[in-house]
Amino acid sequence: MFSVSDLSLSYCDAKSGSKSDRARGPVFSGLNLEIAAGETVALIGESGVGKTTLLTHLRSLKPKQVAWCPQDPGLVPALSSFHNIYAGTLDQHSFFYSLRQLIKPSSLEWQKVAAVAEPLGIADQLSRSLDQLSGGQQQRVNIARALIQKKSIFLGDEPVSALDEFQRPQVLKHIAAHAQTCVFVLHDLDLALECCDRIIGLSDSGVVVDSAAGDIDAQHLAQLFRHHQSHAVKSQ
Amino acid sequence: MSLPKLDQVPVFTTTAKRQWQSFVLLALTALLCLPWLDIELANTEPGHELQAMLAGLMAADFLIDGLWSALAHTVAFALQAVTIAALLGFVLAHCYRLPGVAPLLALLRSVHELFWALIILQICGLSALTGLLALAIPYSATFARVYAEIFEETSTSAYDSLSGSHLSRFIFSTLVQAWPRLCSYFRYRLECALRASVVLGFVGLPTLGFLLESYVKMGQYPEVMAILMMIVALVLTINWWAKPMLFWPLLLLSFIYLPPVPAIDFQMTLLLQLMQDTVPASIATGRWDQFGAWLLMMWQQQIAQGLAYTLVLSQLALLLSMLVALAAFPLISRAFVRFGPLRIPGHFILVVLRSLPEMLLAFLGLIFFGPSLLPGILAIGLHNGAILGHLLGRYSNEISLRVDVQDGGMRASLGRYYYEFLPRIYGQFLAFTLYRWEVMLRETAILGMIGIPTLGFYIDSAFEEFRFDRAMLLIVVSALLNILAEYLARRLRQGLRQQTSPRLTACC
Repeated sequence: MFSVSDLSLSYCDAKSGSKSDRARGPVFSGLNLEIAAGETVALIGESGVGKTTLLTHLRSLKPKQVAWCPQDPGLVPALSSFHNIYAGTLDQHSFFYSLRQLIKPSSLEWQKVAAVAEPLGIADQLSRSLDQLSGGQQQRVNIARALIQKKSIFLGDEPVSALDEFQRPQVLKHIAAHAQTCVFVLHDLDLALECCDRIIGLSDSGVVVDSAAGDIDAQHLAQLFRHHQSHAVKSQ
Repeated sequence: MSLPKLDQVPVFTTTAKRQWQSFVLLALTALLCLPWLDIELANTEPGHELQAMLAGLMAADFLIDGLWSALAHTVAFALQAVTIAALLGFVLAHCYRLPGVAPLLALLRSVHELFWALIILQICGLSALTGLLALAIPYSATFARVYAEIFEETSTSAYDSLSGSHLSRFIFSTLVQAWPRLCSYFRYRLECALRASVVLGFVGLPTLGFLLESYVKMGQYPEVMAILMMIVALVLTINWWAKPMLFWPLLLLSFIYLPPVPAIDFQMTLLLQLMQDTVPASIATGRWDQFGAWLLMMWQQQIAQGLAYTLVLSQLALLLSMLVALAAFPLISRAFVRFGPLRIPGHFILVVLRSLPEMLLAFLGLIFFGPSLLPGILAIGLHNGAILGHLLGRYSNEISLRVDVQDGGMRASLGRYYYEFLPRIYGQFLAFTLYRWEVMLRETAILGMIGIPTLGFYIDSAFEEFRFDRAMLLIVVSALLNILAEYLARRLRQGLRQQTSPRLTACC
C-alpha cells in the first residue's frame, strides 16, 4: 500500500504540522518503510520526532485514497457538525447540490451523516455549530468527516487524544473496522498495543521499533525507547 | 443501526444560521425599499455613452489646459489641510476627555467636508482658504478623536517610570511608542483628503473634480479619461510620495503656490450677516408660533423626504457593497486564484473603484443612466464594495486550510467558498461593513449635491436660494443623523465582538 525507501524529510514538508514543529530543522533521512494493505499500524515516538511529518508525506503519496484526520482538525466553527462532516464529501457532489445542503439539508444526506455520527456518539450534536461543542465532541466530528468519505485508507494523527480512556479503544477499533488500511499516530502505548496489529517506533535516527503488536508488550516497548534514547544522548 | 429521531432533519442552532438570518434581514429591509424608489432609467441607452467613454480611454489626452494646475490645487488643498488638521488634532487630543470637548468635536466632524465648503464659501469666497478650511475643520476633529484613542491605548508603564515635566515624559514615553500609528493614520487621512479635495471641485474650487465636471458636461471623454487616470495614479502612488523626503518639500511648495488667503477681503460684517441669516426670521422676531409652523413646513416639504431617501438609498448601497465584496474577494485571494499574476486584474478593478470618490462615480453614473437613483446606489455600493472586498481578500489570505481541503479543482474551489471561507470570514466581514456603513450614510447625504434627492439636494438648493436658515437646519439634521449612525455602529460592533469572538478564536 505504502512503500517508502531512503526518505528524507524536513518539517517544512509537513504543511499540517503545528507551528512550533515547522520552525525547526530536518526530521529524518534515509527512512525505509513498507505498509501493506489491510494493516492497522500505530506510529509511536517522542514528540517532535517527525510522526506528523511522515503521516503527511504518506497522505501526499495517495491523496485520492486517503481519509485524512489531522490533529488540528481545522473545522469551521460557525457551521453545524452536520455540515462539517458533509464537507468531507464536497468533491463527490455537484456544486448546486452542496449549496442546497447548506441552505436546507436533504433527508438523504442527513441520514448518511447521522449513520456515521451515531456510533461515534455525536448524533445528537449534528444540528449544533462546532463552536458550541467540547474538544472531545469536535474530535469525533473530525473522525466522522474522514469516515464518511468511505476511503480505503485512514490516516489519523492522534485521532482520539481528547476522548476519555474508555472511549479511546472503542472509537479506534470502530475506525479500523471501517477502513481497509489504517495508520494512527498515537502517544498511548497501551492503546496502540490494544487496537493495532503493528507498531512502528520512530526516533531521531529513524525506525527503531517495527514489530507485530502481539510480539511485544508495553513495558518492553518503553524500555526499547529508553535504551535508544540514552544511547543517542551518549553518542552525542 | 438507525434511531427514529435521526430520520428527520431537526432545526439547526448554529452561529452560521444566525449570521445568515442577519444577512437575510438586512437584504429584505433593503429590497422592501425598492418599490418606493424611482430607479427607472431616464437614459435607456447607456451603451452609447459607455462606448464613447471607452473610446476616450484609448485616446486619453493629458495635454489639457489646466490639468496640471488642477492637479496642483488638489494636492495642495489635501497636503495643507491634513497637516494643519493633524497638528490641531494632536493638541486637541490632549483635552479630548475634558467635559464638552468630545461632543463638540463629534458635531464638527459630523458635518461633511462639502457642507463646510458651502458655508465657508459665503464668507471667504472661492478661495484657497475655503478649500483648506473645508477639509481641515472636520479632519482636525477626526484626528483629535483617533489620536486620543491611540494615546489611551499606549502602555503607561514607560510614562510612570520617567521623572521630569509632563511634556518631556509624554514625548519620551507615549509619543515615541505611538508615533508609527500616528504616522500610518496620517497617511490614511491624506488619502481621504485627496479624494475629498477632488470632490471640492463640485462646489467650484479649481481641483481635478471641477475640471472633470466641465469636460464631462462638454462630452470630451479623452480628457475625462486622462483626469480619471490622474486621480487613480495620485491615490495609488501615495506611499511613494508621502515619504518625509518628498512630503516636506511638497508641503512647503504648496504653501508658496497656494497661500491660504480669502478671495474677498475678510469683513466682520459679512460673517455677522451670515450668522444673522442662519437664524430663522421667526426666532429673530421672537414669534415662536411661527417657528413651529416653519419647522413643520420644513419637515413636510424637505426633511422627511430627504431623510427617507438618504436612509433608503444608503440601505440599498449597503446591500450592494456587501454583495460586491463577497463576489470580488476571491479574485484577490490566494486560496481561489493561486497563480499570482492572475490576481492582478482583480486588484486592478478594486483599486480603481476605491481610488475614485463616490461622488465622482455617481456623477459619471448620472451621465450614463440619466437622472435617477441608480447612479447613487451604484456609486456608493461599488466604491465601498471594493474597499470591503480588498479587506476581505487580505483577511482570507490569513486563513490556513487543512491539507485535504486545499486540493481539488473548480468544483472543490466553489464548495470551499461556501463551506470554508464564508462561514469563517462572515463575523469579521460584518464588523468591516459596520465601519463602512457610517461612511456610506454620510456620503449618501452628500450625493444630493449632484441632483439625487437626498438631504444634500435640499442643502444645496437652500444655499443657491440664499436661504441660510433652511440650509443650517438641514445641515444640523444631517449632522444628527451622522452622530446617531456613529453611535449605533459602535454599539453594534461591541455586540458583535461579544457574540462571536471568544469562542471562535478558541476554535480557530
